[in-house]
Amino acid sequence: MTLRTYIAESISPHAELWDREERIPRAVLTELGAHGLLGASVPADQGGSPGTVLDWGDALEAIGEASMSLLSVLTVHSMCSFAVARWAEADAQKDWLADLVSGKKLGGFALSEPSVGSDAKAVTTRLEDAGDNWKITGTKRWISASEMVDVFLVLGQSAQGPTAVLVPRESAGLTIAPITGLLGFRAARQCEVTFNAVVVPKRWTLAGQGMGFSHVANSALDVGRFCIACGTTGLIRACVRASVDYARSRRQFDVMLSQHQLIQAMIADMSTAYLAAHALWRQAAQSRQQSDPASIMETTTAKYFATTACARAATDAVQIHGANGCGPEYPVQRYFRDARVTELIEGSNQIQQLMIAQDALCAFASPRRR
Amino acid sequence: MTQSEARAKVRAFLEKFIRDQDFQDADDIFALGLVNSLMAMQLVLFLEKDFAVKFTNQELNLKNFRSIDAMVELLAHRGVVPAATPA
Repeated sequence: MTLRTYIAESISPHAELWDREERIPRAVLTELGAHGLLGASVPADQGGSPGTVLDWGDALEAIGEASMSLLSVLTVHSMCSFAVARWAEADAQKDWLADLVSGKKLGGFALSEPSVGSDAKAVTTRLEDAGDNWKITGTKRWISASEMVDVFLVLGQSAQGPTAVLVPRESAGLTIAPITGLLGFRAARQCEVTFNAVVVPKRWTLAGQGMGFSHVANSALDVGRFCIACGTTGLIRACVRASVDYARSRRQFDVMLSQHQLIQAMIADMSTAYLAAHALWRQAAQSRQQSDPASIMETTTAKYFATTACARAATDAVQIHGANGCGPEYPVQRYFRDARVTELIEGSNQIQQLMIAQDALCAFASPRRR
Repeated sequence: MTQSEARAKVRAFLEKFIRDQDFQDADDIFALGLVNSLMAMQLVLFLEKDFAVKFTNQELNLKNFRSIDAMVELLAHRGVVPAATPA
């Protein structure tokens, strides 16, 4: 079965139910692992998927169109897997990487805290020196799929500054409390994760001590932004499709909705947004394939544009559906809720704007006179 | 590639991001606030790609990327460019 067929038969038809029940069956992730999607952020020479970044983006877009909750679980897994492949020492990779790539184990990303969001360097979770181990104490919040995750990438503070370390979910002293009734991404099941003197070996530290933010978190968030850019582009496509189908099937004032020019204007805007968002993530994907440094800002731009455009597209999709857009019979109410969340995650869109502006202030400046 | 060629290549890359301020080869571009937090990643990608080298975690310490001098020294340490001749 191709990935496209699997999405059409086993993901799309269930996305509404998963949203209502606030859960995704673990078997779905296992199946996506069999399709190579859980190793897509890992280079092929380290056992990752052999496909191109464009292939990965196409798959993420298709999954985002079906279920943004599932896309978000894939995102955090991809961030964790990438970080292990890029920053873990050889023996730590031996402990985790193969299982993450195959999907036997699911990775999570534990950065946000009750009082720490955008200012990630300010995390308060403590990594205390305990000989060959770290003793971890603190609380992380808004951590996706925590009950399914097998290993968390945790960002904490050691004596040397922000430091990233891998922590198995089954560690003694680690407790998980689900946060239900969220606005969006409900099936991704966000949780609060508490570390009460959790002990893990220092050999599971990623990169060096003090490099947890500058290298590990920053680069993992770059992977996350790529996933969100692609998936959210899929969500825009879902908005266009739902709106077109509805406008072509509902009659008001003796003509189909699709004949009303103000409806057409909204469909034109969301169709344009889809094509532009698609082009932006593809540009970023091509640069990522070449390890081009430009890929970082291209990815940031793609994430910012797709999520901003999607929030507008989802609002318009609800508008086109009228009261039906607010009810459970049509999926656009889920699109609307999920779209709003995309503007907050992997760096809020205000943080993306700051980064894009800093880059633009250099990139578009006239060459200086010497 | 000579050290001066490597130095010019690193400077040309940085000048794409630092356009309105002069800076010396020894200047700490992070401490001076000339670049944002994403620059550490961009520098790693640039150096690894353009100089065909893969850095170890120990080498990725920020102090090795703070200035053009530090980056050229790192490249020399890895044998990508010749070591500086003692004066």
